[in-house]
Formats: sequence, structure tokens, C-alpha cells
Amino acid sequence: MMSEPILKIENLHVIYKTDESTVYAVNGVDLELFSGETLGLVGETGAGKTTTALSIMRLLPDKIGKVVHGSITLEGTDVLTATEADMRLLRGSTVSMIFQDPMTSLNPTITVGNQIGEVLYLHRPGISHADIEAGVDNILEMVGIPAGRKNDYPHQFSGGMKQRIVIAIALACEPKLLLADEPTTALDVTIQAQVLEMMNELKDKLDTSMILITHDLGVVAQTCDKVAIMYAGEIVEYGTAEDVFNGKNKHPYTKGLFGSIPDFTKKAYRLSPIEGLMPDPTDLPAGCKFHDRCPYCMDICRTQNAPAIREGSHMIRCHLMAAGGKGEAWE
Amino acid sequence: MLRYIMKRFLMMIPVILGITFIIFAIMNFTPGDPAKLILGEEATAEDVAKLRTELGLDDPFLVRFARYVINAVQGDFGTSYRNRQPVFNEIFDRFPTTFKVAFFGILIAVFIGVPIGILSAVKQYSIIDTISTIGAMLLTAMPGFFVGMLLILLFALKLNILPATGISSWKHFVLPSLAVASVTMATFIRMTRSTMLEVIRQDYVRTARAKGASESRIVFRHCLRNALLPIITVIGMNFAHQLGGTVMIEAVFAIPGLGSHMVTAVRQKDTPVVMASIIFVAVVAGLMNLLVDILYTYIDPRVKTQYTKG
Repeated sequence: MMSEPILKIENLHVIYKTDESTVYAVNGVDLELFSGETLGLVGETGAGKTTTALSIMRLLPDKIGKVVHGSITLEGTDVLTATEADMRLLRGSTVSMIFQDPMTSLNPTITVGNQIGEVLYLHRPGISHADIEAGVDNILEMVGIPAGRKNDYPHQFSGGMKQRIVIAIALACEPKLLLADEPTTALDVTIQAQVLEMMNELKDKLDTSMILITHDLGVVAQTCDKVAIMYAGEIVEYGTAEDVFNGKNKHPYTKGLFGSIPDFTKKAYRLSPIEGLMPDPTDLPAGCKFHDRCPYCMDICRTQNAPAIREGSHMIRCHLMAAGGKGEAWE
Repeated sequence: MLRYIMKRFLMMIPVILGITFIIFAIMNFTPGDPAKLILGEEATAEDVAKLRTELGLDDPFLVRFARYVINAVQGDFGTSYRNRQPVFNEIFDRFPTTFKVAFFGILIAVFIGVPIGILSAVKQYSIIDTISTIGAMLLTAMPGFFVGMLLILLFALKLNILPATGISSWKHFVLPSLAVASVTMATFIRMTRSTMLEVIRQDYVRTARAKGASESRIVFRHCLRNALLPIITVIGMNFAHQLGGTVMIEAVFAIPGLGSHMVTAVRQKDTPVVMASIIFVAVVAGLMNLLVDILYTYIDPRVKTQYTKG
């Protein structure tokens, strides 16, 4: 691989502190992303995926969200200690984010052309009005919207087209890193495939790295080079797509995720979803966070944090792996 | 758009007609004989009866109402029982005064109240926010006439830099306008603060942050326009209300405005004047609302789509 990663996250801990309670949203995440790579960040709602992405942008909710530990290095900039002015320069140009819901992500009172043009205006100092207009036309055509519609307002577009516009805003300055937070969740299934395909094409064309946040393993299989499975604010399994999808070992949680997807090639009467719910993030259990839902739970899991076991590019955070990989229940 | 405005104009007709009917009924069924009022206490029963026939007061209620409406449509609102002048002479004489006080009062309130509201929302829970909240509460708690008297005490009596009563120069309008501003400003502060807070939490504001927009750009370019709709509604409503005249403030500053005119007319049971004043105020309020609605379409493109469809 290349020398320096675009993004390096080390031992990231993020909390949300309110008057009543403290939510431990991210608990020790390590990530590395190189130029042109796509990382799939997979997990249930509340696993800390969006929080991790917002930390990279330093857009955690004011006064509530706080990074308590760790470091984030983006293109050589230490995100956590940079000044607000420096962060503003990074946002939108070096790193952009596509948010979950395209319906509410666009300003209803500004034309889409101006919303896209704003990014160019903010990050290309001294750019002429004509150049902004040309840039807007160009990026709109790239995401498959006729440039003639740039003077329309968001409410005049369909959901899929709105998401294309959101993507256009994110890619307008050809960022090094794109954070896509469930970009297709709010869309129709038919539109989902189109939008994903388009994002992939543009990403390759602009040589952008991407973190794709999703809970859809199918999407991950289609698009990602690397996969990180998140559970209760930790990465429990990490590796190349090959490692995670076809590796000989899996974290019990990953297994559960795969068990929750219908497989039409096998004869089965029911799906086997994971029993129970994710632990309360204000009151995380001791030991492995997954232990009370884990079908292979051992005594040690209840008391000690699971160690990260590495095998080549594949990492699994599980006591079972430490105990020799294939335990009795480990198939 | 033009069709929409026409439609709104037509919709005002039944509203005005309804108001006319209610006021006419109230004036009619409350005690007091206009003929006696005109002729004075010493008039003979004969003279009173003659005048009643002349004025058509002996006809049934609905006939008189119909006659009033037919005359009014042709522009004849009758003459004042008191001074025998066409009723609108005095209304038109007084309206500019009321308009000036209301306009400058609202203007001051908007230019002070809205920025304070914005600042309060942007710096939520800060010292500025706390002070503005307390200030707004104080203003709400103090009636306009009380503020008016305080202003007179300070600027007219103590400092002696502004006149206390009358309307003969622009200086005379400063204190009444300030009094009107104090009454309405609190509403503007609270309204601006709460709608701005709502808008600041919207997803598209987060999108703007993710673009790298600065905080002031976010507030003025991305938030303000979206927050403006409820704010101008409140401004329009308050302005319409002030245009109807405020009896208290007019009394404190001895201003010959619409409010005091109406109160006098009601007290004297000068039916034509009461009717005409109230219809006038209703039309002004209706036009004000229409103006606000038209403004909506310039602020929010979604509203425009809705209207141009219908």
C-alpha cells in the first residue's frame, strides 16, 4: 500500500454528556484509510458509526458531544487540535459528508445551483462568478441532473434527485475523503442501486477515498475494499471485504448479522436474527460488550475486555479467538 | 400569483360584511336613542319622532342594515351624529397620526427585537440570552401606558429633551413610538429566538457546516430566511393591531389618533362614526394580512408553488 494514510484514527473515545446521563458512543476506535480506498462501516443503529464520522468532520453536537481520548489525523492535520478556521477550510474541500436524509439536508429557500456553488465559492478563493456557474453545470451533469435545472429549489426535485444534489455538493471540490452516512437508506430500492453506482463511478473518477456507513451488508459487498463491523462503539471485526465475507473465522456478532439476511440458496424456515438489544450506551457492561447476546459466551467474556486477534489483514475482537480460534461452539 | 391576490381580495368581502353586521347589531340593540342624542335633552317628543322618521330609525333592523350596506357600497357611510360631517373626514384626518406612531414603533421594535432574538438563539444559554429573556419578560409585564409614563418622566420632565404631548413636530412622535415599540418588541424577541433555535437544528444547517461555511454565513444566509416566515407574521399582526390605534398610548401622550376617536364615538353612541372606523380598521388589517401573505411567496419558494397552482 501507499506510504501515508489519508485518514488515521487512533483510540477514539467520544461521549455525549447531558445533564441526566453520559452516553459512551465511541469506545476506542482505530481506523486507517489510504487514497482511493472504500471502507464500509457496518453496525446497528446506535453503534457509533455516525458519531465516528462526525468526529472526523469535528461536527459533533455543540456542548454535548465530546472527544475524550484519541487522535484523528486527516491529510496530516490533527483534527482535534486544529483551529475552527482551519477546520472550515478542510470541511467541504478535503473531507465532505453526505447525510442520511436527502429530504431535509438541502436548504428549502436556496436554489440548488447556489447551494452547490457555495462550496466552490467558499473553497476556491477569488473564483469568478462565471467559473462558479460553469463548475455547478459541470458537477450537475456529473451526477446526472440537467444543468438547466440549477435555478430550481429543492422541493421541485424527487428524493433520488435530491440525494444526487447532496452528492454533488459533497463532491464539488473533489475531496480526498468522502463520508457517506447511509446515503441510500432513505431512497427507493430501485433508486438505491443507481445512486450507489453513480457514487462509485465518481469516486473512482475523482480518486476519492470513502467511508460508507451502512447497515446493509449487500451494499458493502458491492462497493467496499475494507469492512469494519461496529458494535457498541467498538470495532469488533476489521479486514478486507474478502476477509469479512469469506474468511474462515467470524466474530459472533458478524455471524449474527449474516444470519439476519435471507439467503435464497439455502432451505431455511426462519431467519436467525441476533437475540436481544444492544447494551444501554449510558451503562455499558463490563467485559466484552456483546457477551449477553453472544451464543458462545464464556466466563472470561463477562469480566475482561476482548483482545484484538489479528491474522494478516483480518482483526477480530473476541475471547473465543484468543482461546485458540476454533472452540467447540466455534464450528 | 395575480389570480391568488384577486382571490384574496374577494375573500375580504364576506369578512368585512360579517364585521359590519355584528357592529351594526351591537349598536342597534344597545340602549340609547340617536335622535335624542342629536337633538339634546330638551327636545320635544314631536321633534324626536320627526327626526327618527327622517333618519329612518323606525324601519325594521334588517331593512336598515340593508340600506346601510347599499349606501356604503356606493361610498356613502353617513354623517356623524355629533358634528354632521361625513364620517371619513375625521378618520382620514386622524389616520396619518396613528400610522406614523404605529409604523415607527414597529420599525424600532423590529430593528432592536429581531437582532436580539437572533443573538439570543445563536448564543443559547449564554449571558446575552439570559439578559434578553429577562428583558423580554419585563417588557411583556409592563403595559404600554406605564412605559409611556416612564418615558415622559425621564425624557420630558427630567431631561427635558423631548416633548411629552402633542403631534406638532417629529420630536413629538419619538416617545409614543418608543412606547409602541416596547409593547411589541418582547413578542418579536421571543418569536425570533424560538424560530431561529428551531431552524438552527435543521439538517440543512448541518449540511452548510459540513461545506465549511462560517458561523455568520450560516446564520444570515442559511437560517434567517427560513426563520422569517413566523417572524413577519407576528410583525404584520402587531402592525395591523397598532394601526387600529391604541387608546392607552394615545391617552398618555394626548395624541388625536384613531383609538381615542373610536372610544369617544362609542361613548356618544355616534353609530355612523363607530361603524365607519371599525370597517376602516378591518379593511386595513385585511390588507396587512394580504401583504404578509404576498411577502411569504418571496421568502419561501415552496409557498409560491402552492399559490401559483391554485
